[in-house]
Amino acid sequence: MLSAAARFVGQSALSMLGDTGAIWRLAVAATGRFGRGLARRERIRVRATIDQIVRAGYSSLPLVMLICFLVGMIMALQSAYQLRDLGAIDLVPSLVAISITRELAPLLAAIIVAGRFGSAIAAELATMKVSQEIDALTVMGIDPVSFLVLPRIGALVLSLPCLTIFADVVGIVGGWSISVAAMGIGTHRYMSLAFDALVLQDIFTGLVKAVVFAGIIGLVGCHQGLQTTGGAEEVGRSTTASVVRSIVLIVGADLFVTALFYVRG
Amino acid sequence: MNAVIPTIEVKGLRKSYDGHRVLNGVDLAVSKGETLVILGGSGSGKSTLMRCMVGLECPDDGTVRIDGVDVFAADTNALAKLRRKMGMAFQAGALFGSMTVAENVELPLAEFTKLPPSTRRIVARIKLGMVGLEDAMDKLPSELSGGMRKRAALARALALDPEILFFDEPSAGLDPVTAAGLDELLLKLKDAFHVTLVVVTHEMKSAFAIADRLALMHDGRFLIVDTPDVVRECDNPVVRRFLDRKPSESTDGAAKFRKFIDDLEV
Repeated sequence: MLSAAARFVGQSALSMLGDTGAIWRLAVAATGRFGRGLARRERIRVRATIDQIVRAGYSSLPLVMLICFLVGMIMALQSAYQLRDLGAIDLVPSLVAISITRELAPLLAAIIVAGRFGSAIAAELATMKVSQEIDALTVMGIDPVSFLVLPRIGALVLSLPCLTIFADVVGIVGGWSISVAAMGIGTHRYMSLAFDALVLQDIFTGLVKAVVFAGIIGLVGCHQGLQTTGGAEEVGRSTTASVVRSIVLIVGADLFVTALFYVRG
Repeated sequence: MNAVIPTIEVKGLRKSYDGHRVLNGVDLAVSKGETLVILGGSGSGKSTLMRCMVGLECPDDGTVRIDGVDVFAADTNALAKLRRKMGMAFQAGALFGSMTVAENVELPLAEFTKLPPSTRRIVARIKLGMVGLEDAMDKLPSELSGGMRKRAALARALALDPEILFFDEPSAGLDPVTAAGLDELLLKLKDAFHVTLVVVTHEMKSAFAIADRLALMHDGRFLIVDTPDVVRECDNPVVRRFLDRKPSESTDGAAKFRKFIDDLEV
């Protein structure tokens, strides 16, 4: 059992390392195209990006808000359970506010978007690859990176921070609902306790994470899609792999960014 | 030496996948306005050859020159310019599933011309009219039959009035009547626009119908490249076997299959 788990970790780490080079090349290519776009030497596809923002951000918003509202409630209950005995129930609002903005909102939003939109990217591009649509683009002289990859990554980088801000607000409101209903902390007191503890740095940390996670979801999804060969089975496999890899990389990057901000203070 | 540069010039093309030789030193020259049909069985390397010719696949060795430009050594700009002269119709169409047929045809126009949307629409209507699909303009590719998809793909390949047209398996998967219709369409286009046409197929009938020259491919190399009349009279045993539709005796699997069929008939 334990050795099977170790083998799983080892195998996924190895296969991910093997793909790191390709994902990195895709990142460089996408950044290059974006730079050329800024220098007006290539079109920036605004329409396509907006279409993708609707798919990536807008359609994920209800689910992100629901989950973060519930998690805000859970956080309030869990922390109250511990702090009640210490007579430190007043710490609940700040604990909820800080853990939501710094950690839970960006992480949950990213995992939801990886499941909803990252998988959709992988499936879509994989299907296009298998049915030679990517080849058709190339032969026409249309670069698949600027036509397909860049609008998707751009949409993610723009919409995930917005989703995170919504998630911040809703999570704090979730904590408020429990505090008012079950702990006798009034609305005014909850809000002042929560926002006194919250500094701009907390929100900023969360947004930096959101941008990093957005890049991961976009790159992994596009890479998994574009490297697909074969048929329908491979399309399914790429879709699954995109979600699994995105989530592993998101949590890993989360640890890294958190540690970075911790060291910097 | 011929003073005219051939439109397409392939030299010493080699390509292997996992140690398996797919192209084994292919040389080919296609002159302007000519229709060359590459004929071969499954796995003969004909599709790989075409993918190399349009630059989708990089060969291990050898060069492909189109209008004198080396496809694999050209910089991005030269390659982009070259691609604007070429059109390719894929075997299963490769139409963009999220766009209507008209939008598929309009895409190259939107990318590479400054035509306003209304004009693009008119051009798309003309191109689709040429392949007899003006009634299907606003349909999605998934609503089309296989033959219609191929014709739509042809219309898209013709959107920018290419000088060179590549067509992968125009008649594969079509009934004989539809396939013959597509052959006729290609002949008409050739007469009307003088495009250089390279067609990959395994359908003998359509190959002989449209070809100026035939190139018969076997095991990653050409057995013969000549006019249909010469090919028809060729007495090379492998060529004959292909032309007379006899099963290959060289492979064990084919012999077993033959025996299986014979046993069935008893």
